[in-house]
Amino acid sequence: MVRFILHRVLQSILVVFGVLVIVFLMVHLVPGDPAQVLFGDAPVPKAQVEEVRHALGLDQPLPFQLARYLHGAARGDLGRSLKTDRPVASDLARAIPSTAELAIAAMALAVAGGVFFGIVSASSRNTWLDSGVSILALLGISFPTFWTGLLLIWLFSVRLEWFPITGQHSLRHLVLPAVTLGWYAGAILARLVRSGMLEVLGQDYIRTAWAKGVTKRRILAWHALRNGLIPVITVASVQFGTLLGGAVVVETVFARDGVGRMLVLAILQKDFPEVQGAVLILALAYSFSNLLADLFYGFIDPRVRYG
Amino acid sequence: MQRGRWSRVVPFLQRLSPAAKLSLVIVFCLSLPLIAPRWLAPYDPTAVAPSEIFQPPSARHWLGTDQFGRDILSRLIYGARNSLTLGLVSVSLSVLISVPLGLAAGYYRGPLDAVTMRVVDIVMAFPGILLALVVIAILGPGLTNAMIAVGIGEAPAYTRVVRGSTLVVREQSYIEAARAIGTRDYRIIKDYVFPNVIQALIVIATVGFAVAIVIGSSLGFLGLGAQPPAAEWGTMVSDGRNYLRTEWWISAFPGATIGMVVLAINVLGDALRDILDPRLR
Repeated sequence: MVRFILHRVLQSILVVFGVLVIVFLMVHLVPGDPAQVLFGDAPVPKAQVEEVRHALGLDQPLPFQLARYLHGAARGDLGRSLKTDRPVASDLARAIPSTAELAIAAMALAVAGGVFFGIVSASSRNTWLDSGVSILALLGISFPTFWTGLLLIWLFSVRLEWFPITGQHSLRHLVLPAVTLGWYAGAILARLVRSGMLEVLGQDYIRTAWAKGVTKRRILAWHALRNGLIPVITVASVQFGTLLGGAVVVETVFARDGVGRMLVLAILQKDFPEVQGAVLILALAYSFSNLLADLFYGFIDPRVRYG
Repeated sequence: MQRGRWSRVVPFLQRLSPAAKLSLVIVFCLSLPLIAPRWLAPYDPTAVAPSEIFQPPSARHWLGTDQFGRDILSRLIYGARNSLTLGLVSVSLSVLISVPLGLAAGYYRGPLDAVTMRVVDIVMAFPGILLALVVIAILGPGLTNAMIAVGIGEAPAYTRVVRGSTLVVREQSYIEAARAIGTRDYRIIKDYVFPNVIQALIVIATVGFAVAIVIGSSLGFLGLGAQPPAAEWGTMVSDGRNYLRTEWWISAFPGATIGMVVLAINVLGDALRDILDPRLR
C-alpha cells in the first residue's frame, strides 16, 4: 500500500515537472526571437530588445533559463505581466478564489445532481422520468459549455430575471455559472450511475433481498448504491479536469475574474508570463485531483494496488 | 478480410434506430457545404449590408441577419465548412500521431513504452481545451492553428487507446503463431495487429470528431479560432451575445446547430460502436 502511494506520488511529481518544462518552453516555441516576441508588433529599437533580452536572461543557454524559471517558481516568482508589469503571482492570487469557488460549486452540483438523477432514472426505468433525465443528460453532453451558458442566461436572466448575468460577488452570481459548468459532468455521472445501478439491480442478491421483503428504498440505498458508486469517484475526479478546462469558457461567458478569463485575455494580448502562470495553475490543479483520485481508487480497489 | 466488411453496410443501415438514421441525415447535410457552399448559400457570408442589419427571420433571410447585415444562413453554411474541415483535419492529425506511437509502444513495450506513456501523461495533465489554448498561445489565433491545436491536444487520448488495443491483440495466439513461423515484426504489426486496432480507433475517432467540433467552436467563441470576417459557428454565437434579449437569432441558430451536430455525431458513434462490437457495449 505504501509502495503504491509512493509510486503514484513520484509519478505525479514527474508529471508536474514535465508540466513546468512545457510551460517554460512555451515562450521559446513561438516562431521567432523570444525577446522580440515579448514586444509583439510594436517597432522597437534593437538596443532595447537586446536590453530586455539580457534582463530576462534570454541570452543564457536554455537549461540555465529553465533552472532559473524553476527556481523562481519554487519561490513563488512567476515573472511579471508584459502589459501591466504586475507580478504574475499576485494576479493569480486574486484570480484563484473565483475559479476555485466556481469549480467546487460546479463539482458539488455535478456529483449531487448526477448521482440523484442517476438513481431516479434507474429506479423509474423506461418511464417518462427516465426518458426525461436521459434527454437532459444527452443535451448536457452534446452542447458546448458556452452554449449551455447562453441558454441558461437567456432563460433565467433575460426572460425570468431570476439571476444576474455577470459578476461574482454573491451566491446568486454563482448559481448559473456553476450549473452551466456542472451540467456536462453531471450528465456523464448520471448516465454512469444509471447504468451501474441497473447492472447491480439485475443481480441475484438484489432479487433475494426483494424476495425477503426488504423495502425498495433500502435496497436502493444500501445494496445497489454502494457498489454502483465506486466508478463515480474516479470518473468524477477525471471530470474535475474537464471542469477546469470548461471554467475557461464559463468565466468568459459570465465575465468572472478567474484564472480562466485571465488566461484567455492574456492569450489575446500575447502576455506570455501571464499565460504561463495561468496554464501552470490549471495544469497543477488537474494533476493534483488526478493524484487524489488514483490514491482513493487504490484505497478502494485492492487490485489496483498490486496490479 | 475486406469483403465481409462492406457487405454488412446495407443491413447495418437498415438496423439503425430512427434516432441514428436522423443523425446520419444530419451529418450528411453537414458535409454538403464542404463540397459546394456557393450553390447552397443564398448570400455572401462576409458581405456587409448596413441597410439589412438586425433583420429577423423572414422570407428573404431565412434565418435573419446579424448586426452587420450578413445573412445568418449563409454564414451557417460556410461555418459548417470550417467546422467540418477542422474536425477532419484535427482527427486525421491525431490519428497520424497516435497510431505509430501507440502501435510501437504497445507492441515493443520496454523503454519506448515507458517514455511514450510518461509523455502522454504529462500532455494529458492539461485538460482538453487548455492544451488547445496553449498551442494557440504559441502559434497565434486562426483556423489552421486551431486545427493543429485540437489535433495535438487530442492525440494523447488516441495514443492510449491504440496502445491499449495493441496490448490486447499482441497476446493473441495468432500473433504468436505468426512470430513462430518467422514473420517479421513490421509485417505482423501491419497485417495482423493494426487491422484489429482499427475498430477501437474508429470509435474514438468518431467521438473525437465531436470533441473537435466542440473545442473548435469554443475557441471560436473565445475569439481564438477562425478570425473575422470568416464565418465560424462559435464566433457567431459570441457575436450575438449582447443581443439575446432582442435579436436572439444571431446566437440561437449557430448555437443550436452546434448542439444538433454534436448530438448527431454522438448518436452515430453509439450506433457504430454497437454494430462494430456488440460485446463492447
